[in-house]
Order: sequence, then structure tokens, then C-alpha cells
Amino acid sequence: MVYLISIKLREDYSNLIFYLSPLVAVVLTLFFGSFIFLILNLSPIESFKIFFISPISNSYGISELFVKATPLAIIALGLSYCFKNNIYNIGAEGQLTMGAIFGGGIGLLFNDSTSIFLLPLMILFGAIGGALWASIPALLKTKFNTNEILTSLMLTYVALFILDYFVVGPWKDPAGYGLPKSMPFPDAGRLPVLFDGLRIHIGVYFAIIICFITHIVYNKTLFGFKLRVSGLSSKASQYAGFKYKNLIFYTFIISGACAGLAGLFEVSGPIGLLYRDISPNYGFTAIIVAFLGRLNPIGIILSSLLIALTYLGAEDAQLFLKIPSAVGFVFQGLVLFFLLGTDFLNKYKVSIS
Amino acid sequence: MQSIVEFQNIYKEYPGVVANNNVSFKILRQSIHAILGENGAGKSTLVKILYGHVKPDKGQILINSDLAIINSPTMAQSLGINMVFQHFSLFESLTVAENLILGMSEKISLGKLKLKSETICNKYGFNLNLNSPISSLSVGQRQSVEIVRSLLNNPKILIMDEPTSVLTPEEIIKLFKIIKKLVADGLTVIFISHKLEEIINLSDHVTIMRNGKVVSDLTTENENPESLGYKMLGYRVSKTKQTNNVNYSENVLSLNNISSYSQDPFTTNLNKINFNLKKGQIFGIAGVAGNGQKELMEILLNENDFEFSGDIIFKNININKLSTFQRKSLSISYVTEQRLGHSAVPEMSLSENILLSMSHKSDFKKGDFINFDRINSYANDVIKNFNVDTPSFNVKAGKLSGGNLQKFIIGREIMSNPELLILSQPTWGIDAGSEAFIKKSLIELSQRGVSIIIISHDLDELLEVCHNISVLYEGSLSKFLNVENIDITKLGKYMGGLFD
Repeated sequence: MVYLISIKLREDYSNLIFYLSPLVAVVLTLFFGSFIFLILNLSPIESFKIFFISPISNSYGISELFVKATPLAIIALGLSYCFKNNIYNIGAEGQLTMGAIFGGGIGLLFNDSTSIFLLPLMILFGAIGGALWASIPALLKTKFNTNEILTSLMLTYVALFILDYFVVGPWKDPAGYGLPKSMPFPDAGRLPVLFDGLRIHIGVYFAIIICFITHIVYNKTLFGFKLRVSGLSSKASQYAGFKYKNLIFYTFIISGACAGLAGLFEVSGPIGLLYRDISPNYGFTAIIVAFLGRLNPIGIILSSLLIALTYLGAEDAQLFLKIPSAVGFVFQGLVLFFLLGTDFLNKYKVSIS
Repeated sequence: MQSIVEFQNIYKEYPGVVANNNVSFKILRQSIHAILGENGAGKSTLVKILYGHVKPDKGQILINSDLAIINSPTMAQSLGINMVFQHFSLFESLTVAENLILGMSEKISLGKLKLKSETICNKYGFNLNLNSPISSLSVGQRQSVEIVRSLLNNPKILIMDEPTSVLTPEEIIKLFKIIKKLVADGLTVIFISHKLEEIINLSDHVTIMRNGKVVSDLTTENENPESLGYKMLGYRVSKTKQTNNVNYSENVLSLNNISSYSQDPFTTNLNKINFNLKKGQIFGIAGVAGNGQKELMEILLNENDFEFSGDIIFKNININKLSTFQRKSLSISYVTEQRLGHSAVPEMSLSENILLSMSHKSDFKKGDFINFDRINSYANDVIKNFNVDTPSFNVKAGKLSGGNLQKFIIGREIMSNPELLILSQPTWGIDAGSEAFIKKSLIELSQRGVSIIIISHDLDELLEVCHNISVLYEGSLSKFLNVENIDITKLGKYMGGLFD
């Protein structure tokens, strides 16, 4: 007798479970994560304390949480436009890098400026850089029907090499002992911090404003409606006469601009100059943030905080538990895995016959 | 002669439709047996039951006079039954031989298989290079691969579903020669078709089905295309509820020499379609599915920039190049065949589904924002005026029954005051009450001077609401017939591809 697994679409899948499944995924992640600690001969409870509680037990920790969550939230909010439209922009990391190059480039060009317009100009160029970089996969998709997953991903590596070229080449700091980094941005090009002595910066306000605008766009505007329709059914979108190609462009440009903005905030905020490793994979991690937040603007803010915590926890774990900080990525991977799993089981019924 | 297959009281019911209603007939050994019928007559269901794809609710099949239990295609194959589907299942990048070996149930070396296949090819005249990749083959050659693949299993019975629908006339002649030779060598061939002439030329026997029942079981010799066509459609009279209110002096839509030239073997190219639609006229386009209905709809909607030649004139404006959105703005409305996921988004509420089709109208938006009051009140009006059974406009479209949703969609389009309404399969698969309501609504709409095109496989529906009917056959449109005093024999001939 042969056993066959049959997978059937549930006719009536639950909306409640759709919004609860991120919680289920987090619980499962903690459960299976404790096995990882056990295998490493560590007490799960102690480890979780170090991982998830001690990093945010003081004001510095909370500030750091927002420092990490800000780029994640901004990028993920931008990505949600693409994902709602069923367009898979995987290249936010590259768009972030381009934003840093464009915006940071302005900071380096006017490195003796004291003008109050320098920072706004850098922010603007950061967004433009990201948007331009994102428009390449959009163009390739609309003109040649290329797969945007591949092109946007590959362009990420191109962007990283361009940054590499600048920081070891023309933009290398002459006084930098030959290290691959630029000179620091002038003070006028630095992002103001919210509290003295802490790194939390005004990027937080941008994240909140973008969240608010996105909420309005999705729920009140025709543009948001078009995105939702074409995400749910491309045929219905054709029936309505929406121009799918334009939607692809707009969503890529919005998500690119957001990623570029996040990149500029990183370099003009916590970092203060350009160098090779400006982002600990924020652009990729934001994909998890977007889906964990159910592509809902408020959900994304919450999930960005949770995922930011895995970054902080990983650093503390490295310090106090002597385990590699990559364990943070393991947790991010687990969350995504369980989220996809719960979504799948919510949508399909699996039976063995 | 002895029968090889005997269907005994096969009964199969799907939700809302009886696909096979006590079907009983015999198929003689070493014969070519055609099954003829309109769409939805139950032909496909019947052969799928024979091939083990579908389980009947009641009834049994005898193979060589023995009761056969066929629960899966594998079991069918072990009984010597093989099937060549209308849509091929071949791996494009693999060679012919590799595709053949994938279809083998027993273990065999590639060398042996090639030898075996070559013998079959030479014997029956299949022109195949076993080492060519499938991607380099013509549609006819691909079909040959499918047939050879079946023959490698030494079948006793070969089922072919519309085998000629994708072939050129020369390929058809070749295929018929091969089929006749196979039958001379002992095979029994069952083929599904709606082409009358082909059935006369090829088959020994023909079973005609209508609404899930066998209506005639005939020896083909004594028949001609006209008699087959008439039997396929049955005794029908125009049940028209239309009154003649057409304003014949005013053209609303004209199609002039519309032809299409797609390379895709699964599209039917349109061939010089001409018609003039008058103000207040309901024009029905009948025909078996797959004869160009989808393509005609593409051209009328322009959702995918489907390429064609000729001109579409709407009220003296050439709309060839206009997008779906622009056509809607000219007050042309559409209802597509697929309700969920095309004319409506199942995951969205009814009022959002109003906006889906009304975004070209300025009163449904305030600048870039949605005018929720307007779409909600419009949704309420549609629900009220078109008897849509739903507690509120916040209900998701996917939750409505087929009939309710169709009333909602058609109501949505009618209430937007179109000048031209184009519908595809407007009453397909819905309950009788909704069907009657929709037909009545369409007639009323035409009496208000709106022109309507209905593309449908359901002749009864067309005979009830239309002023005129043409038949689409292999991309060509027949002359139109007046529904009042309609000549059913002529209609049957048109349906089977015999135009005058």
C-alpha cells in the first residue's frame, strides 16, 4: 500500500489564526530554541534570560533596541508595498547600501559644511539612491519579464561591491591609516540623537510617520486598494483595468526609497562614516519582519522590535554564554520557518491516505 | 462482434449537476467509437471514469464481460486502458526517448525502449526522432509522442480526448490513418469529439450524450453530419421571451475582420470575425468551448494586449488600442466567465468589489482617496435591487453562493448604466432561481436600449434571451440566425462546423 500525502486548499481559512500565527511561531521558536541551548549544554531558562531579557533591562539597552528596530521597521514597511502586490523584492540590502552611498556621498562632498540643509539633502539623496537601485529590477521585470527575486538579489552584491570600491578607492580617508573607510561626516550631516549619551536617533520618528502614512495608504486610498487587488488576484486587477506595470514600478520605488532612507540613517546616525559593513543584513532580516508583521504597518513595528531583540540577544549571548552571535540568525530563521509553516497549515489541509 | 467495454448505469453527480445519469452502452472490440455532445454533456466525466480518474457514484463497467474495478489510472493501464489527453504532459527539455521511458510502469533499459519505440514508429508511420528534445517538436509530433507512450504499454483500449483540436488538417489526415491501422491490428479506440464531419469519416459507432444522458447510440454508416448535429442538440424550440425592440439603424459595436495569429497551440486563432451589434440588441455567441470564445473575450476586453488585426468600432470610435480601463470609461461593461478571482476578488468585501469595477468613475473617489460612503450605498442598492442574499456589504465575496455572487456582479455592472454589456457564461453553474432572475434582468436591460453580447455554451440560455445567435467554430463565426423561428437543424450544423 502506498501512502500519499494530499494537500488541499482550505475553503474557509481563518483570519483570526492568520493574525495569531506570528505568536504561535514565536512560541515554537522559543520551544525549539531551548533544545539548541540544551544541545550546547546551557540552561534554556538562563540562556533565554540573557538572550531576551537582560539586553533590555536598562535605558541603554532599550535605546539600542530602537536603534536596531528603526532600520528594520523602515525597510519592512517599504517592503510591505511590494509584498502586498505579490512582488518579491529581496534586494533591500542593496537598496540600503545605495542609499548610504548616495546620501553619504553628499555628506562627504560637503564635508566642511555647517548648513542645516546638509542633513535633509543627505536624507533626500539616500531615498533617491535606494529608489534608483530598486527601479532596475522593476524595469527589468516590466520590460523583459525577468524574475525580480533574482535580479533584486543579485543587484545587492553589485551595490556592496560599489560601496567597497568607494571606501578603498576615491573616498578613502587620507588620515585613516589605509583602513577601508571614508572620513567622518561633518556634524551638520549627523542624525540628531534623542537623548544625550544614547544612540537612539530621530529615525524613530521617521519609522512612526512612515507607519502612519502606510496605514492610511493601505486602508483609505485607491492606490492601496489597487495593491491589495493585484496582490490577491492579478486577473481581477486586469479586469478592473489597473496598470500592473505601473504598480510594480511604484512599489519598487517606495520600498527602495525606504531601504535607502534606512541606509542613510545608519551611516549618518550610529556609524558616522562609510565603511564596508554598514548593515548587519538589515535588508534581508526586514523580509522576515515584514511577514512576521503580516504586512500590516502596526504589526511591522511590533515585529521589528522583536527581531531587533534577537540582534541584541545574540551580542549578549556571545559575550556571556560564549556562543557565536550567529545564533541570532538561527532564531530569525526559526521564526520565519515556523511562520511559513503555520501559514501553510492555515491555508491548506494536509492528510495522508 | 463482442463488446470490449460495457458501461452499466453509470451515475455521477457533482454539486448541483448530474454529470452522468445512468449511462449504459457498449463499445465493440476493434472499433472506433466516438462520443459526441455539447459542453457539459458528460463525455469527459465518462471517459475519466473509464480511465480511473473519477469514481462513479453508482454503476459498473464490464471489460471483456467481466466486472472491472478501476480506482486509478494505474489500474486502468493494467487492464489495457490508456488515454491520450487533450493537454499533453511532456517534459519540454527532455528528449522523446527520455519522456517515453518516464511513462513506463515496468523497468526497461533506454536502449531496449528505443528499439521498441522505433518498431512502433516504423510500423504505424510516426515520424519521430527519439533523440530530439520535446521543445523542438511541433504540436502534432508531441501528440505522436503521447500516443507512442500509450502504445508502449500494449493497450487494448485507447481513449483520445479531442485528439484533433490542436492539429493542422494534414496532421489530422495522418492521425486518422494511424488510428485506422491501430484498429486493424486489434486496438479499440474511443474518441471524444464535437466535430461532426470527423465523426462521420472516422468512427464506426457514435454515442451521443446530452445533459449527462445517452440520447442516441448509432452506427455511423447510416448518419450524416446534419442528422448527428440535430441529435446532439435535440428537439428544441425558441423559448424566446424577447420582444423586438432593436433599433436597427443604430450600430453600437462593429467587429470588422478580426483575426488573431497566436503561436500558442492551445489558443484558437480567430478568423475574420465580423458582426454589427445594434442598439438594444442581445447577440448570442454559441459554440463548444475552445473554439475561440476565450480569444474573442480577450480582444473585447484587452486585458493582456492580445494581438489581433481588424477593427473594433464602438459608436464610431476605433477602440483597438484602448485599454480595459479606457473601454470601461466609454461605458462598456464586462462580466467574465470566472467569477471568483476575475470579476470579483473572493477575499474582499462586497463593497470593495464594487470599487473593483467602478474605479474609473469619479464619484467613487475623493482625489486619491476612496469614497466609502458611495461604494457602500452602491453595494446596498445592488444587494436590494438584485435580490442578493447576504447580511451586509461587508461580507467577503467568496462567502456568497455562485448564484448570489453572479447576481451581485451582474447587478453591479447593470447599475453603472453601460451602453454595452459583454458577458461570458452568465448563468454557468448557478441555481435555477438566480438564473431566471439574471435572464430577466438582461432582457429588461436590452429593452432600455442597452446592447448585450453573451458568449455561452448553453444554447437554451441563448435561445431564451437573445435576438440573434451566431456560432463560433474553430475561430470562425457563422452567419447569424434569428432566434424567433430558429432553424435547429441549421444551428446543429453550425455547431458541428458546417457553415454555409
